[in-house]
Amino acid sequence: MLLVLALVFSFRLSAAELNIEITRGVDNPIPVAVVPFAWDGANLLDEDIAQIISNNLEQVGEFRALSRANMLSLPSEEREVHFRDWRILAQQYLVIGKVSQVPGGQMVQVQWEFFDINRERKVLGEVLTGSMSQLRDIAHEISDVVYQEITGSRGAFSTKIMYISAEGAIGSKVFKLHYADYDGRRAQILLESREPIMSPAWSPDGSQIAYVSFETDLPRIYIQDLASGQRRQVTNFPGINSSPVWSPDGSKLAMVLSKDGSPDIYVLDLATDQLRQLTDHPRAETEPAWSRDSRSVIFTSDRTGQPQIYIVDANGGLPERLTFDCFYCAKAQFLPDGVNLVHVRRETRQDNSYGIAILNVQTSRVIKLTETALDESPSVAPNGSMIMFGTTAGGKGVLDAVSIDGRIKFRLPSLQGDVREPSWSPYLN
Amino acid sequence: MGMQFNNVFKSAVLALTIIGLAACSSTSDTEEMAPVAQTAGESDAARAARLEQERLERERQEQQRREQAALNTTVFYFDFDVAEFQPADRETLIVHARNLAANPNRRVRLEGHADERGTREYNLALGERRANNIRDFLIVNGASRNQLETVSYGEERPAANGQTEAAYRQNRRVEVQPAG
Repeated sequence: MLLVLALVFSFRLSAAELNIEITRGVDNPIPVAVVPFAWDGANLLDEDIAQIISNNLEQVGEFRALSRANMLSLPSEEREVHFRDWRILAQQYLVIGKVSQVPGGQMVQVQWEFFDINRERKVLGEVLTGSMSQLRDIAHEISDVVYQEITGSRGAFSTKIMYISAEGAIGSKVFKLHYADYDGRRAQILLESREPIMSPAWSPDGSQIAYVSFETDLPRIYIQDLASGQRRQVTNFPGINSSPVWSPDGSKLAMVLSKDGSPDIYVLDLATDQLRQLTDHPRAETEPAWSRDSRSVIFTSDRTGQPQIYIVDANGGLPERLTFDCFYCAKAQFLPDGVNLVHVRRETRQDNSYGIAILNVQTSRVIKLTETALDESPSVAPNGSMIMFGTTAGGKGVLDAVSIDGRIKFRLPSLQGDVREPSWSPYLN
Repeated sequence: MGMQFNNVFKSAVLALTIIGLAACSSTSDTEEMAPVAQTAGESDAARAARLEQERLERERQEQQRREQAALNTTVFYFDFDVAEFQPADRETLIVHARNLAANPNRRVRLEGHADERGTREYNLALGERRANNIRDFLIVNGASRNQLETVSYGEERPAANGQTEAAYRQNRRVEVQPAG
């Protein structure tokens, strides 16, 4: 009757793989040419590295990749590069490379180079070695470097996401926790259950995850090791046990427990197993998130009637209210700058729409990033460039991403069922 | 919504009562429902007493049917972002409480739910508050705390799909389920 499967971390593709759709890009994207990588092997390669790099750069919206049909030459190493070919096509950057088999093994070598067309110079070049099954990882790694060279900030193409899906009719739903590349590819199932799964969270080193599972018919917090698939139940208190979130230093797990009558924020010291109560209020305190220095916790509370965002010292004390100008402000999380708070916002009782917004806690300036009506669960890429969130489109739960300036959007539609609660990993390399 | 549901509930109780009475008048249970004329040789006083007894019996049966209908009502609905149950459900919940008081071995699980609007964790809190409010009312009206368990599913287990007010209305609820 009770079906719960914790699946060991294997490279099994899940049926609900997601594919990106760009819904909004910038007006003047940076033109980049990524030439198909040469390959000296007999059979076709499983992955088209140049295509993956192009897709990555286009998906974040700031770049436009040149169509292969328009390329005047197809260089694969520096001596074949003629800058005029690319200047004519108004390209600013050029990526080339070649893949070769390492003799006597399953390994391949990827030699790639990156050029600045305007300055007519090679920016960098390197050789990466990996197995055939790591071609996609290599392509993401190259994308990260290109992104960093052009924008100055670290790329997040090698990161992962988790998300929850619910499939099936009411009364016979199946809930799954998925693990995938940032773009939804190579999805695997980490947990499957007939009871709801909620609130997936990453440990700061990316080796462990925490989530809420109702598999015992009650919401309880579990921690699962990604490499071994081993899992343990962390809490078993009466009432709600939810919202697990690691402190950035990895030593503590903030959570919500309602064991004393109403939901409050607690912090569990993972080394000593000591539990500290951080809030004590008869109304609901929930959705904890840490400041970057692990010294404060922000949370949602409806102590004034409607949900608003508060901050409290991680050692306890009097919470300070951060939002005042919204009907409903909840589920806040700091961006890497430690100053801007992404959150779910409903402006007024009348507008009846929940969007993703950013509040600068120093200037109190608010920027609304989305126009969809049922947005929730924002999760920030580790480089702070994009925010992924759950919303509803065409009656289905989908995952959307938006750049922190609101200019770029992409959607990862679900092939079956509803998907929600994206959780973007920290840097994993 | 509150009024509408109340009316539906009242109509249902009335309908059940009528069906019940109709069923009684056609049973072969002659002792209880025998026509007055067939009871010969009965004194006026005895007749009055018998009629009074029959009236009380009918009332008792009607009361029983009303209680059964109340006990059959196991889903209680809530207004948007409100954790207090609707005043129209008070009497129904009192019947549940008395039934629990009369059956100390009976245990129920109160499952709180929210519609999908707003954040998931906050909705989990809202569902719990709804379930707890009903639990506390049942305790005040005679149920024992150890007969009641509560759980919130927040917005994770909707009763109806879709982004319509009609679906949302069905999803903001507390379900009374038998507990093991």
